[in-house]
Amino acid sequence: MKAFAQLFLSLDETNKTNEKVKVLKDYFANVPDTDKMHMLALFTGRRPKRQINSTLVRTWAMEASNIPVWLFEESYQVVGDLAETMSLLMPESQNSSSKTLTEWIAEINALADKTEMEKKLWLMDSWAMLDSQERFVFNKLLTGSFRVGVSQSLVIKALADITGIEAPALTHRIMGSWMPEDYTYAQLIEEQSAADNISRPYPFFLAYPIQETSEKRKSAEEVGVALGEAADWQAEWKWDGIRAQMIKRDGQIFIWSRGEDLATEKFPELHPFLNALPDGTVLDGEILSFQNGQPLPFSILQTRIGRKTLSKKILADSPVAVIAYDCLEHEGKDIRTMTQAERRLILEKLQAKTTYPEIFRLSALIEFGSWEELETTREQSRAMIAEGVMLKRKNATYQVGRKRGDWWKWKIDPLSVDAVMIYAQKGHGRRADLYTDYTFAVWDGDKLVPFAKAYSGLTDAEINKVDYFVKRNTLEKFGPVRTVKPELVFEIGFEGINKSSRHKSGIALRFPRILRWRHDKPKEEADTLDSLRALLPGQG
Amino acid sequence: MPGKPLLEFTDKGIYCARGDFYIDPWKPVDDAVITHAHADHAYFGHKNYLAHHLSREVMLHRLGDINLRTIEYGETVNKHGVQISLHPAGHVIGSAQIRVEYKGEVWVVSGDYKTEDDGISTPFEPVKCHHFISECTFGMPVYTWKPQSTIFADVNNWWQSNLQNGFATVIVGYSLGKAQRILQNLDLNIGKVYTHGVIENTNEALRRNGIMLNPTERITFDSSKEEVRKGIILAPPSSVGTPWMRKFAPYSFGYCSGWMSIRGAKRRRAADRGIVLSDHADWNGLISAIDATGCESVYLTHGYTASFSRYLNEIGFDAHEVHTLYGGEEDAPSQPPPEGEDAPSKSPPEGETSLVSRSVNASPSGGGWVGAGI
Repeated sequence: MKAFAQLFLSLDETNKTNEKVKVLKDYFANVPDTDKMHMLALFTGRRPKRQINSTLVRTWAMEASNIPVWLFEESYQVVGDLAETMSLLMPESQNSSSKTLTEWIAEINALADKTEMEKKLWLMDSWAMLDSQERFVFNKLLTGSFRVGVSQSLVIKALADITGIEAPALTHRIMGSWMPEDYTYAQLIEEQSAADNISRPYPFFLAYPIQETSEKRKSAEEVGVALGEAADWQAEWKWDGIRAQMIKRDGQIFIWSRGEDLATEKFPELHPFLNALPDGTVLDGEILSFQNGQPLPFSILQTRIGRKTLSKKILADSPVAVIAYDCLEHEGKDIRTMTQAERRLILEKLQAKTTYPEIFRLSALIEFGSWEELETTREQSRAMIAEGVMLKRKNATYQVGRKRGDWWKWKIDPLSVDAVMIYAQKGHGRRADLYTDYTFAVWDGDKLVPFAKAYSGLTDAEINKVDYFVKRNTLEKFGPVRTVKPELVFEIGFEGINKSSRHKSGIALRFPRILRWRHDKPKEEADTLDSLRALLPGQG
Repeated sequence: MPGKPLLEFTDKGIYCARGDFYIDPWKPVDDAVITHAHADHAYFGHKNYLAHHLSREVMLHRLGDINLRTIEYGETVNKHGVQISLHPAGHVIGSAQIRVEYKGEVWVVSGDYKTEDDGISTPFEPVKCHHFISECTFGMPVYTWKPQSTIFADVNNWWQSNLQNGFATVIVGYSLGKAQRILQNLDLNIGKVYTHGVIENTNEALRRNGIMLNPTERITFDSSKEEVRKGIILAPPSSVGTPWMRKFAPYSFGYCSGWMSIRGAKRRRAADRGIVLSDHADWNGLISAIDATGCESVYLTHGYTASFSRYLNEIGFDAHEVHTLYGGEEDAPSQPPPEGEDAPSKSPPEGETSLVSRSVNASPSGGGWVGAGI
């Protein structure tokens, strides 16, 4: 654990990419192979199962630190990270421990069949033998998500340097479902083929945005200058669903979402068509809710995400289908190095043979002779229930991760309203102890009605200014939330809007964020609830 | 003046009506007693200043031609029958707590303080009093400092390893206090100490005041970049990210502040090293200092005043929150840290004063500052 704690500390102690890679390499070079795999699992989001619920961990941490509950909670608000708060509040340990990461994780996993009392004794003993940095990472193991400020690609780069295996191959080998207990370092670095692990997905190829905000809007002419001849590109709608990779190998099917979650059971409607595919087929596409052959807004699909069991009603209200846009494996062969156009032909042939054309759909190609023509077509996105258009270079291979060059997303401008900030809450991580999470309201008569929360979109300098304002203009405090003097106006952008009975305002937004601070607008000139309602689908 | 407390809170600062003087006022007044020379405590524009001998040169350097009287720790000044004396606060060189006594009633204003002996400031001494006005910049239990010997061992190791890896070393701290504390604790066998002009000006003022500081070399246009990169560069917070600093690249940059205890704050600063080093008392230091005064009441002026006063009340103190312009309540994580060097050394901006008077009128729960005296 000392090496792992030091790894964390060293990664925190530099902002330079090369230094971080060096730190990661040093770690790999100095720990046992089992520790390497555990580290890799943790750094790619494969956390050990939580064996003690976080309420108990919190309670026992308060006991160990000997402070009242309210002070613990307020400390947490200052620190913005539970694992870190607990490690800062506990008295310094008197003992030390030389257990490896592997040994610690084995102990954590062995808690599964222990009584609460045994768990408590174990935890108190463990805390007492760890120094504060070790305690921090240990608490992370127990409770938190392991966000480390190091991208997976840096970890892969370090591993590639150590093993001499190319980064894309390594990225592929750590995809899918594996746990460090059943995947050894020796297996990771030996020669592999796609069939070695029949459930393993390929790394997703992600598009780069052409424009992010309305202020940076690009014209057709600029797009043409950047991308060249329109004839070299294919265009499709950018669907607003769940990006998924669908695998049929050895008579078995697997559905992976982009977050590397195995989601096979969540989409039973897709099973018949997948089972009917030839073995050795992997498709890339978007899962959407459909009704009468028309895609439905994401909010409909959202109602079934996260449900443990899918009731008949949900399946009836929100039936799904796939819009497929790529084929990555065909007849058992990895075809990612073929061109976009070649892969498209294979995909079209596969789709032509399906007996489930309502479920296995093709992402239609948009015909366009010039960038100007495509720009005009793009304006229909919202009517198509799409977020904009995708551009794919016809001779592009299927690459790994978000790469600039061959795949672009050209989204339409978000919807937006001007709203007044009315509540603020402190953020987490690098925004700890700063008011960064805001609730916004629009006018309903002479009242301000909250309608959206947003966390992102401001620069660090702007956040500092808003934080300064919040601290000096607090009207009331409710736990961590402050009611602030309604004064600051922001332009809030969002991708979609729907009716909602769960919200006071009667509406729910998709992906709200701050587009800009409207220093020029007094609060009286913010938008109204009626102007928001006018944006609802079917309201023109 | 029946019912009026010996010290009271006004929109100009802490005021003693009986003796007609202010302590660390932020608006121009006739007579000001100054705890220490940081900009949020020693403002420009008063007629007469009273401070400690060791603050003399720095205050003249920062505030120009002011009418300044300086005295020794423990020396008493009498004004309209009120006895005023200064006592070591351990915050920075020349920093003082202000003891005010009238007819046997004793008030102490802490200014900023720390309880650990930093080897260069006169160490903090608790002063018995009835009423203690304390800072609590780091009044949360997540803030606990390691002994400075441990911290500087780490700093010296870091400097050494930067040299081995071909990095220049830039260490950032406030020009009055932190800079000298760092300077006196660096291992000069590793290399020379080079200073930013702002820091060197303060060093020179302190040397004029008779303080023996380790040798330093001011960085000028003529300095050899290669030589400077072999030493350690002592720089103020205002130089972070400037072309001045970038010319020493590649460098590793360490930021010294109590706020660096929190990972998020450190990541925001984008420092390579967050060095947890503060000239303020930590959680335990604050509690032990308050306890040692034996005071009946404690008034908290800046820092986590709300949480800290609640905790003190729970463990049996009579604690109150008051609002001042020192440091600034809670705002340090987003604003320049509390030493206040980046704050204007003149009057505060208009608009902030209304905040203060509003806070004064709204007495804190459980009695409050106004009318809290005998």
